[in-house]
Amino acid sequence: MLEVSGLDVLLGDYQALWGARLAVERGEMVALLGPNGSGKSTLMNSVSGLLRPRAGAITFEGEPIAGLPAHRIVGRGIAHVLERRRLFPYLSVRQNVWLGGYHAAARGAREAEYQRVAELFPIVAARAGQPAHTLSGGEQQMVAIARGLMARPRLLMIDEPFLGLAPQVVAHLTEAIRRINRDGVTLLFIEQNVELALSIAARGYVLESGRTVVDGRSAELLRSPEVRRIFLGG
Amino acid sequence: MKRAALVVLLLAALAFPAVFTLPFPRHVMIMIFLYGSLAVAWNILAGYCGQISLGHAVFFGIGAYTSTLLVARAGVSPWLGMLAGAVLAVIVSQAVGFPVFRLRGHYFAIATIAVGEIVQTLFINWDWAGGARGVFVPIRRPDSFVNFQFNESKAVYYYIALGLLLLGLAVTRRLEGSRPGYYFRAIREDQEAAASLGVHVAREKLRAMALSAALTALGGTFYAQYLLFIDPEAVFPLSLSILICLVSVLGGVGTLWGPVVGAAVLVPLSEYTRVWLGGTGKALDLVIYGALIVLVAVAQPSGLVGLARRLGRRSPPGQ
Repeated sequence: MLEVSGLDVLLGDYQALWGARLAVERGEMVALLGPNGSGKSTLMNSVSGLLRPRAGAITFEGEPIAGLPAHRIVGRGIAHVLERRRLFPYLSVRQNVWLGGYHAAARGAREAEYQRVAELFPIVAARAGQPAHTLSGGEQQMVAIARGLMARPRLLMIDEPFLGLAPQVVAHLTEAIRRINRDGVTLLFIEQNVELALSIAARGYVLESGRTVVDGRSAELLRSPEVRRIFLGG
Repeated sequence: MKRAALVVLLLAALAFPAVFTLPFPRHVMIMIFLYGSLAVAWNILAGYCGQISLGHAVFFGIGAYTSTLLVARAGVSPWLGMLAGAVLAVIVSQAVGFPVFRLRGHYFAIATIAVGEIVQTLFINWDWAGGARGVFVPIRRPDSFVNFQFNESKAVYYYIALGLLLLGLAVTRRLEGSRPGYYFRAIREDQEAAASLGVHVAREKLRAMALSAALTALGGTFYAQYLLFIDPEAVFPLSLSILICLVSVLGGVGTLWGPVVGAAVLVPLSEYTRVWLGGTGKALDLVIYGALIVLVAVAQPSGLVGLARRLGRRSPPGQ
């Protein structure tokens, strides 16, 4: 469904990705792992069109999408929930979620889609009129994912969904993400906690210094000495 | 309750010229409406879409110059000139916006100052357009609506200015509940997040700029027809761009009524200090502006409208 190969991306003069690769099949749940600064977010931002790669290919459902502007990529069926949620702080929860259904393909079905995400995340309905910045971190993350779902994506990418959340909230969020995946949305997410990520995802990719160094099924990765070296040193 | 208050306010505005027949109070009201409508127009781009422009005098001047040159050189009715000015302002806004919107925040504001200075310099050196000496609108008698000149009474100017302000408010009001209005606010709050949701950021900014420029240009034509003389110093100065911004900031940026409230406070302040103090009090109004802006920034960044809301919330329910 999504294929990334040979991706080089520069952030100013600094090259953040060196021939990174990644592939996600339809219906899968895939984790993108790696230490700080390894290029996970850069890779995701390149897929969603927020960054333009210097070289390499990105194809989605067989069509090349590298270098397309972000608003065109959303229209192709990819939604991206940014790191640190990035809600519009002084707009209400409802307005935030509503804004996710911008694209022509999603616009007509917004009311129905809103009902659906509000059912998935009851917090959306419960806090509909409240300014987004008054929510707790976990609630904000749910609103951010709800906002992403409003675009009716076939591929949902979430950058660090569990960042800074309490264990109980993580469990709750995990359940919601699994359900989204079961409902037919392919999922790619970034996570620093390897065990947590691989307990949720079926497969994982590990980035190190801008290169894809290991990939495989979750169980294999958990046993891999290479993964151990990257995350624990030694 | 709120609706009733608005109706009363509107009726009072309509009846004002019948009660106050002297030119000066009418002039003050006309200036409130004019600056109010300019600030309302600015607020669409800066308040709702978050792009702080300090070059809006460009669009004001284009409105003033287009209609004035058309009537002075070709005898075209200023009403048509007003439309032409708005169209031209939209075209210029897109040509300017396309490169300048690549900059963000302070850098965008600085670039708009530069654009304003460039345009003013161009007009000072453009002889056909009157150069630094400016252009007179040819006096036509008797008063007629077609000529957009009313030398016998300010009442007609009063109603035209009121109309401009109401137009700006109606556009803003519609925007608040509409799709583009939400996109503008999304861009203001977090441009990347808006882009990640599929908002075409560049296009929406240009849209906000076009709307804002067109409304500002209408005010420019009105100003030219009201004073019947324009020169680059009067319609293109940086101080005008800043004043438009100050009016909005004082009243409340990003709110429907903020710009109007700001104009209703600042304009009389400037007009009356000028009258009371004459030449000796030169620029005292600006000193007071400065103090007010500092006060607003420190105590209530959301302006007088924000202050009123806060006080309103404190009062017990039912009142």
